[in-house]
This record gives sequence, structure tokens and C-alpha cells, in this order.
Amino acid sequence: MDINNFIKELEEEFEEVEANSLKPETSFRDLPEWSSMHALIVIALVDIQYDVLLTGNDLRSCETISDLFTLIKKKR
Amino acid sequence: MALFSIKNIRISGVAACVPKHEESNYDYNWISETERKMLVKTIGIEKRRIASEKTTTADMCYEAAVKLLEELNWNKNDIEALVFVSQSPDYFLPASSVLLQDRLKLPKTTLAFDVNLGCSGYAYGLSVISGLMSSTGLKKGLLLAGDKSTSSLNPKDKSSYPLFGDAGTATAIEYDTYSSKMDFNLQSDGSGHQAIIIPHGGMRNPVTEESYQEEEIEKGIVRHKRNLALDGLEVFNFSLREVAPNIKKLYEYNSTSNDDYDYFLFHQANLLMNESIRKKLKIEPEKVLYTLKNFGNTSSASIPLTMVSEINTQLKTEPLSLLLCGFGVGLSWGSVALKTNKIACPQIIEI
Repeated sequence: MDINNFIKELEEEFEEVEANSLKPETSFRDLPEWSSMHALIVIALVDIQYDVLLTGNDLRSCETISDLFTLIKKKR
Repeated sequence: MALFSIKNIRISGVAACVPKHEESNYDYNWISETERKMLVKTIGIEKRRIASEKTTTADMCYEAAVKLLEELNWNKNDIEALVFVSQSPDYFLPASSVLLQDRLKLPKTTLAFDVNLGCSGYAYGLSVISGLMSSTGLKKGLLLAGDKSTSSLNPKDKSSYPLFGDAGTATAIEYDTYSSKMDFNLQSDGSGHQAIIIPHGGMRNPVTEESYQEEEIEKGIVRHKRNLALDGLEVFNFSLREVAPNIKKLYEYNSTSNDDYDYFLFHQANLLMNESIRKKLKIEPEKVLYTLKNFGNTSSASIPLTMVSEINTQLKTEPLSLLLCGFGVGLSWGSVALKTNKIACPQIIEI
């Protein structure tokens, strides 16, 4: 599991986000494009790619992409 | 485990009715244009049918049933069972099924009752009427399923308003010793009941003035306690967690795999959710049918409506092997494997 790979996958799913614009320290909820739809997209992506099912509370407990990645690793 | 088979029952026909009035999510001005585009792309719902104030679920089911009986040329006096699956009945009491017995001019020798389920309702309803008829030998029955979900939505709630449409359906069921068995896997988890709920209006929280006081839950989500409240993330999480394992268990039970089915009819929840479930089960995209785009989430009507809309000709002209799966409010979910053989399937009726 590699965080750069995870970021690339997120950038691919978030079509409006430019490539290489996301960083581990990015607060994903503060992205101007962020909406409740993106939360669904993250949950679906993580479930399909990492076989980890995130809850609404899981997402809410994370601030940055790095937090999210750490949580996925822990839940795997 | 509620994994079981029902023998000697077949589906003889299916019909669906939707309101004429259509709304487009591209016109949903409560949210910004960017948000609208994102919403439509993610959930896959462009248009929804909205019933007028005077039209009820029973009205739509009635129209579907009349058309279906005409097409089948059934003698009404032969109909011995009527089951109405809905969470939007005409009255608190009496049960809408009983009113429909009279409206449809079915004999007083027909048994009739309601089943209170939503998104999982078609799978459950099929098991209830089929199990009843199979064990008793009743010859002909009608399963009516649908909802007028839009009447409990708040237009100022972006988390629910753009998702739902109204529809009513009718399915004709017959006792037939030559028919293939149907296999069911039905489940429930009431610990998730808060995920989709109309909090006030029942006996737990009777209606008071407070019931109609609007509250801003978060930006873009304003509703009162008589409105449907939907926790999108929880429902999404539930569906990804439970649906695929339920179907895999059914496959184990009836020794089948994806290849044994011509089509998969999932409850029409939202595109990202349904596609994620499809990918988890590794089903070919062309076998999974959708009406989300044009009708949205129509609760217990979504599976039969999708049958009528998407495989009308195939249902009429070919034997088909189908996998149906409903999931949602309750939480309640279930799948059915069944075969049809050239059934009656009139075009969608509009009222």
C-alpha cells in the first residue's frame, strides 16, 4: 500500500481535481470541489480497491488524506 | 437463515404505472449547477416522475393491475389472493389491499392484506404471496407494489429530494406444478432503522406542532420530522456491506453463479452504489439493468418497473433466468432467483 498510489486513485475518481494537486496533508473536505457525492466516491473507491468499508463516522474522523490512508491501513 | 425455495409458483405477468408529470434534476435549483452536475453524474438520476396530490400508490397499482388482468384475460373471480406492498398506503387503516379488492372488482372470496416494506419490498412480497399460494394451492394471485415517496420529501433537502420518483406495479402469480422453483435469501437489521426514517406521525412519535418545524441539518439539507430523512453515507455503507454477500450466499444455496442468469435487477438506489455492487460481484455490465436515469428510486416498484421498461420484449418472447435484489429502508434486504417463461408485459402506463 502506497499513499502516492492512493492519491493518484483519488485524483482519477475526482474528475474535477487536477492531477498532482492532492498531497498527503490536503484536508479533503476543504477542497472547493468537495461535496457529499465525493464522500460516496471515496467509500466506493476504498471498498473496491482496498476491501475496506468506511463508515460515515470513519470519514468524519479524518482530516487529511494521510489520516484517511492510515485508517484504511489499520482497518485492512 | 431465511434461505429457502418455493415450488409450483410462476410469474405470469408484470405491469407498471407511473405519473405523467416529470421533473428533471438538471432543474433542481436548490443546489448550484456544479453540484447538480456532480449529483446527476454520481447517482445517475436525471428525471423522476411525481404523482399529483390526489394520486396515491394504490391508484397507480390499480391502473397497472387493470391493464395486466386485461392482457392476461384472467377471470377476476379466479383471483384468490391480493398482497399490497407499500409504505404509502391510502389510509392508516383500513389496509389499501382491501380497498383494492373492491376497486378491482375481485370477489369477496379473495384474501387481501398489506406488507409494510420499501426498497426490499418486491423480493419480500414475492416470497409472501408465493409461499402462501404454494403451501395452500391457491391458484391465482396479485402482488401490487409501489410507493408515492415524493409526498414525504422536502424540496429543500438535497440528500433525499433528487433521489425518489413515484410508481405502482402489478405482478400476476399462478400456481403451476410445471414451474421452476424460486430461491430466496431474505435478511433484516433493525439496528439501522435510523438510516432511512420518517420520524414523526406513527405511534412512537405522534404528530405535534414540532413535527412540522423545519430544521437546517446542514447546508442544503432542510427538513421537518414528517419528512423522509435519509443518511446517505450509512445507506451506502450498508448496501456495500450486505448486498454482495447476500447474493453470494444465495449462489451457494442454489448452486448457481453469475453465468446462470440472463439479467440482474437490483433495486434502483443510485448509480455509484449499484455499480459498486456489480463490480464486487464481477457481473458483466450489460446484464445489469437500470431505470435510474429516467425514474429515480421508486422504492418497491423499482424492480418490476425496470423489468417492464428494460426487458419488455425479452420477457414476452423468451424464457429468462433472473436475479432480483432489493435493499434499503428497515434496514431490510433480500434476493430472489427465478425463471420466467414468456409472460405478459404491457408497456408502462402513464396516468
